[in-house]
Amino acid sequence: MAAPVIATGLTLLVGSLLFAVLGYDPLATLQAFFIAPLNSLNGLSEWLLKASPLILIACGLAVGFRANVWNIGAEGQLIIGAIAACGVGLFYPDPDSILLLPLMFFAGAIAGMAWAAIPAFLRARMNTNEILVTLMLTYIATLLLSWLVHGPWRDPAGFNYPQTALLSAAAMFEPFDYAYRLNASVFITVVAVFLMWLFTDRSFLGYKMSVSGAAPLAARYAGFRESAAVWTGLLAGGAAAGIAGMAEVSGPLGQLSPQISPGYGFAAIIVAFIGRLNAFGIVLGGLLMSLLFLGGEAVQMNLGLSAALTRIFQGILLFFLLAADFFIFYRLRRIPEHA
Amino acid sequence: MDLFIAIFTGTIIAATPLIFAALGELVVEKSGVLNLGIEGMMLMGAAFAFWAVIAGLPMPVAILAGALGGAAASLLFGVLALTFLTNQYAAGLALAIFGSGVSAFLGRNFGSAPIDALKKIYIPYLSDIPVVGPMLFRFDPMVYFAIVMFFVISWFLYRTKGGLVLRTIGESPETAHAIGYPVIRIRYLAVLFGGLMAGLAGAYLSVAYTPLWVENMTAGKGWISLALVVFATWRPLRVLLGAWLFGGMTILQLQGQALGIAVPSELLSALPYLATIIVLVIISQNRQMLALHFPASLAKPFRPAT
Repeated sequence: MAAPVIATGLTLLVGSLLFAVLGYDPLATLQAFFIAPLNSLNGLSEWLLKASPLILIACGLAVGFRANVWNIGAEGQLIIGAIAACGVGLFYPDPDSILLLPLMFFAGAIAGMAWAAIPAFLRARMNTNEILVTLMLTYIATLLLSWLVHGPWRDPAGFNYPQTALLSAAAMFEPFDYAYRLNASVFITVVAVFLMWLFTDRSFLGYKMSVSGAAPLAARYAGFRESAAVWTGLLAGGAAAGIAGMAEVSGPLGQLSPQISPGYGFAAIIVAFIGRLNAFGIVLGGLLMSLLFLGGEAVQMNLGLSAALTRIFQGILLFFLLAADFFIFYRLRRIPEHA
Repeated sequence: MDLFIAIFTGTIIAATPLIFAALGELVVEKSGVLNLGIEGMMLMGAAFAFWAVIAGLPMPVAILAGALGGAAASLLFGVLALTFLTNQYAAGLALAIFGSGVSAFLGRNFGSAPIDALKKIYIPYLSDIPVVGPMLFRFDPMVYFAIVMFFVISWFLYRTKGGLVLRTIGESPETAHAIGYPVIRIRYLAVLFGGLMAGLAGAYLSVAYTPLWVENMTAGKGWISLALVVFATWRPLRVLLGAWLFGGMTILQLQGQALGIAVPSELLSALPYLATIIVLVIISQNRQMLALHFPASLAKPFRPAT
């Protein structure tokens, strides 16, 4: 567990250097970036609200990453999940039905899985690289969303803004307190973390997938099918991302617009790595990454710094994390002469 | 005829950034290293070149700045992948995210005004030939430079000793190391070269292709270049043909939108991404052809035993 802590520390160090170079007082800026956003109940609510999708998606992705299945299109699966859930929410005949929210949940999960099933099928049956396919499908999902909100699903009463009508109250997760945005969907994430732990640490399929990732030849020798790992890995990621998309629509958003995610699907990849691909690490990683998003917004509003800083910090954090692994896996040792 | 010429020249121009980026990545992958961060390096190149133009530097210097921006970004990847032996997939992704962040940060004050694009050259006499002149001899210099780079890289990889060493390292770094070649140093050079080329591709986008600054202006062209290398089954000529194919797709799609064909513009915009998937699926069927030119040590970390 040392590497993530070291990497975070070094990221903070480089961050303060960067602030200093830009002519800002490093300490004050770091305070504004990492501490001030958490100084209020609203800040804490936003922190958990943003951490929730990151942790949820990272859990799903990590299942695949453990088996070297590289789903980097969670952003697209999130968008498709959000579209399907919002479609149910908009067009279900009874907008006040208590069935609406569960239906949207399943629509989101199934749509995310269906979108991820495309690369899974292509990799398992057609030998096609899943990295490129998941990415291309993300661009396509973004365009599909753009078409829907500019065209057929545009709110007729919305002054021509590219967005859908607002969802009914029954299609939304209840906030814990109407003053803040945090809502009951965080419990989905809690359950997902538990399921992820159960799968990776307590199930035979999870074990087989870890073997496929760590020692593909051994896995083949033992008769573990590669295609099973591909399907499981991609469907888990797709389901998690689709549900995260649904929770965004039924939570903070309440409708679709051309831009529904600040890059949760991509940031979740980093979260999975910071978390060492295990459930409890991912929770910490998600909280850290959520803070990066919040801090980026805070310094943009308060200091006029660019929100692109968030992505710079994400990149630096991942760089340091990967480099720190080196010093842990290849520890320096003095070898006695003539040993 | 005018429409045909417009489509033809548009194809060549749209293919140019793909040719730079994909040929660069080809050299990197031939050395056994997989750099997924092309998108990030291209964005760095685009931002640096645009910055240099705004700062009033002459165009060649701006393009050079773009290339160096890409190379600087690739060095980050090199240190991680080659010195620290990290997972190359993860290091490449980190570079893609980092590059998009840095370029957006640099570009925050660029404004939305277009700049004077790289000038086209009318090659004397040749450009006056009917039909052929406007088709082949009225491009900006970078278009020709991309073709020159194709010949240089093909020649280097398959006709020089340096190319043979590079390909050997890509097949079996252990063998190359045992013979006495500095595997890590040569891989660093390959990664830097890939960064220069991706930087050129980005520079071309921001100072010639669409001479204005838009955040994330590469819009997936880096990833498409990555797909092109697979599509080309690691052969330079097929990279060139593939780039023209995709360039053609982009232009037909734009022409379709301009003609107001009665399909949503989003569907047309999705075509290049869809085509990438279809082409990858088709090429993946031929496992023998993929295996033939595939660098056997691709993405596997190598550390020479001392």
